[in-house]
Amino acid sequence: MVLGKGASSSLSRKMVDGAEDMVSNCNDFTVLVVDDDPVIRKLHDMHLKKFGLSAQVVENGKTAVDLCHFGATFNLILMDKEMPIMDGVEATKELRAMGVNSLIVGVTSRDSQYETQAFMEAGLDFCFEKPLTADKISFILQELNKKN
Amino acid sequence: MLGLGADRLRADMNRLLAFLFHQGILDEQYLQLQQLQDESSPNFVSEVVNIYFHESEKLLRNLRSLLMDREFSDYKKMGIHLNQFMGSSSSIGAKRVRNVCVAFRAASEQNNRAGCLRALELLEHEYCFLKNKLHELFQIEQQRVLAVGVRYPMQN
Repeated sequence: MVLGKGASSSLSRKMVDGAEDMVSNCNDFTVLVVDDDPVIRKLHDMHLKKFGLSAQVVENGKTAVDLCHFGATFNLILMDKEMPIMDGVEATKELRAMGVNSLIVGVTSRDSQYETQAFMEAGLDFCFEKPLTADKISFILQELNKKN
Repeated sequence: MLGLGADRLRADMNRLLAFLFHQGILDEQYLQLQQLQDESSPNFVSEVVNIYFHESEKLLRNLRSLLMDREFSDYKKMGIHLNQFMGSSSSIGAKRVRNVCVAFRAASEQNNRAGCLRALELLEHEYCFLKNKLHELFQIEQQRVLAVGVRYPMQN
């Protein structure tokens, strides 16, 4: 399931086939992966590498907020919802309040529409249920290209 | 003769994978993991799965420890562990383990301790079965790689 501002309801084959073009456009994008699960961090990192992106990875929302507070900027932030110290909802609210206008994509293991909506309202651009797949990453990068 | 060994091992691997998919133990997400593996990361699948094993065993210990406590009432904490277990299980394609986590979470949301205990036992069983089967798969893969190496020795 994907929720997003203006998200298209289907992922066309064209996006996956156009991956090479996306790689050549993507090499300058900076990405932050925020997740307390080392399995997810490794998986998302590898998915992004396939598109020519290397990501910074952190374990909780507070570290993500601190990074941005001290001047780090990211084109894309992949934000887990449930994390210790500061969860994804809180971190997203703080980042938006700070004026961070990165593409922030929520990733959640809960499929409850109510909880996903609450996460979106914190300031996400899109929200996906775990796991992220190549198709979902293609979609995200296409949106990132449009934004930039 | 040695070439036949590598081919036979590949057939064994495919048979085991087909069994795991047919039984709903793994789903297509496992294939996504395999597609991410390449020459620059030749052990990616086993690395991710080993991290999954390590994290899962911690989560199972935490869940058991919570439920064995006579004074236990922290269902919220249990939910947090289960969400993590669900997320990582989904991400490696461990479908049956994930499904048990869903049932476990439902019991914890109802503060149903007996239901949680039953779900935990089932989860431990499913996890052990998955771990044994994946170890078997990796062993066959290792043997196959060795057999291919013997069949096509490096030329200087």
